Amino acid sequence: MLLDGRAPSGSIEDSWERHLLGLRLIAPAKRGYFRVLVVGTGLAGASAAATLGELGYNVEVFCYQDSPRRAHSVAAQGGINAAKNYTNDGDSVKRLFLDTIRGGDFRSREADVWRLSQISNRIIDLCVAQGVPFARDYGGHLENRSFGGAQVSRTFYARGQTGQQLLLGAYSALSRQIAAGRVKLFPRTEMLDLVLKEGAAKGITVRDLVTGKIRSHTGDAVLICSGGYMNVYNLSTMARGAGVGAIWAAYKKGAYLANPCFTQIHPTCIPPTGDYQSKLTLMSESLRNDGRCWVPLKVGEARPPNLIPEEERDYFLERKYPSFGNLAPRDIASRAAKEQCDAGRGVGPTGMGVYLDFSRAVGRHGKKSIQDRYGNLFEMYERITGEDPLKVPMRIYPAPHYSMGGLWVDYNLMSSIPGLFVLGEANFSVHGANRLGASALMQGLADGYFIIPYTLPNYLAGTRPGDLSPDAAECGDSRKNVEGRVSDLLEVKGNRPVAHFMRKLGSLMWDKAGMMRSADSLKEALREIRTLREDFRSEVRVPGRGDSLNSQIEAAGKTRDFLEFSQLLCLDALHREESCGGHFRIEHQTPEGEPRRDDENFCYSAAWEFTGEGSEPVLHKEPLTFYHVPLEVRDYR
Amino acid sequence: MSGSGDRQKVMTLNLVIWRQAGPDDSGRFETYAAKNITGDHSFLEMLDVVNEDLILQGKEPIEFDHDCREGICGACSLVVNGVPHGGQSRTTVCQLHMRNFRDGDTIFIEPLRARAFPILKDLVVDRGTLDKIIQAGGYISVNAGSAPEANSILIPKESADYALDGAECIGCGACVGACPNGSAMLFAGAKVSHLAALPQGRPEALQRVVAIVDVMGQCGFGNCSNHYECQAACPKGIDVKFIAKLNREYLKAVIHGFAARTVSDLGQPVED
Repeated sequence: MLLDGRAPSGSIEDSWERHLLGLRLIAPAKRGYFRVLVVGTGLAGASAAATLGELGYNVEVFCYQDSPRRAHSVAAQGGINAAKNYTNDGDSVKRLFLDTIRGGDFRSREADVWRLSQISNRIIDLCVAQGVPFARDYGGHLENRSFGGAQVSRTFYARGQTGQQLLLGAYSALSRQIAAGRVKLFPRTEMLDLVLKEGAAKGITVRDLVTGKIRSHTGDAVLICSGGYMNVYNLSTMARGAGVGAIWAAYKKGAYLANPCFTQIHPTCIPPTGDYQSKLTLMSESLRNDGRCWVPLKVGEARPPNLIPEEERDYFLERKYPSFGNLAPRDIASRAAKEQCDAGRGVGPTGMGVYLDFSRAVGRHGKKSIQDRYGNLFEMYERITGEDPLKVPMRIYPAPHYSMGGLWVDYNLMSSIPGLFVLGEANFSVHGANRLGASALMQGLADGYFIIPYTLPNYLAGTRPGDLSPDAAECGDSRKNVEGRVSDLLEVKGNRPVAHFMRKLGSLMWDKAGMMRSADSLKEALREIRTLREDFRSEVRVPGRGDSLNSQIEAAGKTRDFLEFSQLLCLDALHREESCGGHFRIEHQTPEGEPRRDDENFCYSAAWEFTGEGSEPVLHKEPLTFYHVPLEVRDYR
Repeated sequence: MSGSGDRQKVMTLNLVIWRQAGPDDSGRFETYAAKNITGDHSFLEMLDVVNEDLILQGKEPIEFDHDCREGICGACSLVVNGVPHGGQSRTTVCQLHMRNFRDGDTIFIEPLRARAFPILKDLVVDRGTLDKIIQAGGYISVNAGSAPEANSILIPKESADYALDGAECIGCGACVGACPNGSAMLFAGAKVSHLAALPQGRPEALQRVVAIVDVMGQCGFGNCSNHYECQAACPKGIDVKFIAKLNREYLKAVIHGFAARTVSDLGQPVED
């Protein structure tokens, strides 16, 4: 079945403005009759909840952390893009649009990307007004730096902690609305089910992580802003608590899940060291402004890096992609690094690493200036590895980082379930098959500050407020279902801790459905997941009780969701017989090892519909048409 | 907690950990062995190993807050050998690595202890009072949609840098746990200073500082008596100069009549 994203047609330059004029409004005095439930307090959730509060809606906002300020947007380091052209290097809304479409390898919806590029500038204005202390030059103007996949400097930043500063901006706006009584906050609360009435999203069922109580909350619309699913892989850069639960609950209630196989592997993370490890730490892409990636030319090189002469080094990104060099997009840089390691030229104790070298930049700009730019990142690196990057080149390796796939949404950010909206990383929209650096922060805030405040009222205007009460049968059924699922976990009483299953699943996903996939490896993954699911059902041990703080219940629930979700990811990867962006099928590559896209057969978003336990999901295709940018082979050489 | 040690050498550590079943339990220390730990384990990964062992033995694992594990979310909050985050300079406990300990060391692990942070279970405390401080005024009142062009108000680089020095706070509460008075003055000072240093934050600066100081008292935080333990424990190196700045802003508010107190009240002991 063909799916319609309901994007405006015609000229793209004024498509959003034209669309806005057609949206229904709700008068200020009437907004207080509506209640909106927001799940997640990262950039998307916090900005949406705050803005809807400012407009006069009643909002309830939920996060699993003890404070909204800890959502994982906080960990984004490098920056946020905007088409301000402050650097006078030829940037424009159109150029940001083109870079993002190309960066996504032509697998995103044109109109959505245009709107994002357009809105980017207003985000910077708002964040500055909120007191976000972006980097400035000595004249007091905002500074910019470069990021991957662009030949202009359009990235705004606050040292190496831009995500933290933007999130604190959104969190402060949210806090202001909490104080004003417009927003009610439920921290340490996890969404476990979506409640529908007559097919529309009207509530959620949650578990209070302190008391273990299962409650239903009802409203007139539900916004899922719960982030991505990259913890399906072992050792990702995600927060430990980040799961796929909210997305999966919505999927099981009928929301389509699109392009789950579009996963981003970030090229510059601190390499893994051992089995006990709980996560990998990212080193910002911004480091590739001044750092140069290289490996020794000789296989099995034993000399320390500073004793390897220039002519015996391979600066592989500069060699392969001379026009973008070290700032090639993430999918390309990651594969290039892995290729070197697979060929035996990897460095460090495990051979899983390439050097990121700052010595030329230090020679050119001086130690102080490089220290100023990346000081806190260098410090972080040294704490983890015990090595000083100004003396010894950093060692980096790719790691799972961001999911471009997610719940399918139309141009209004509404999923296939009326009243269920999805924002930020949790939706599938604008990044196609590969996200460019510094675009995630931009998208989360665009969705929350400047899109949902317009598109949500259009939906609400056609509903009757307060349609469902928490005492209704729909909520009771949902609570019963959730309670059953929690006690199922406690009752297995097996002999293996939850962590065992998550590690096993994550490792097999990384090996067989990670950076490079083949039909064989994916089928193998599906077989192994099936066995692992059965083992989980009979062998997992969840200690303690359900009626108190018990983080093992959360971990077990997350693992169960990932065990199910991982199958859909593999299925999607198996069906997409092409390579594009972060989805690299080894059967589909050029003789030079570059991905080979198949626009004839796969120029669509794949949206999957749940059809019941044990039955195959149904595929819906949303065809992608490119009117304003010619479909072409991405070329960063 | 000195000594570097061989990174790959396997260590056994003797852990003395605070266990408390819930807010109403009185709590006690219990002893555990952490085996097969290398220098590359982070402190929390070491606890993961202990917890997996406990689960296999049919016991309840130790609850502790954590999330990003890269030192930025502020969730982790352990007090290690009496010092929040373990005392390595500018390091959260999730980034503290076991290479800083020696084989056979005894390590005491406790929750943050402060009147404003009730213990929920084991090492998990409720830090919701820090959110209350931000809700009282830790923001600039601007609605989405009404912001002027970003470069229309120039901000000297020094002011932006100073603001970011304060804004770097991760809200972990180590300052409160380290302070003998359980004071949140460093946390509040960092936020007040961040916003007061920017032109956008000036219009509300005086109301803000008064509202925040009032709420700190209501939440059960103590006052500052210049021990500077907060700065020593802060994993982001937030400077106590921000407490001085908070006091100066408060004095301004008193002079301009924004506070309930008057100039002649100043210097009198403050009831918290």
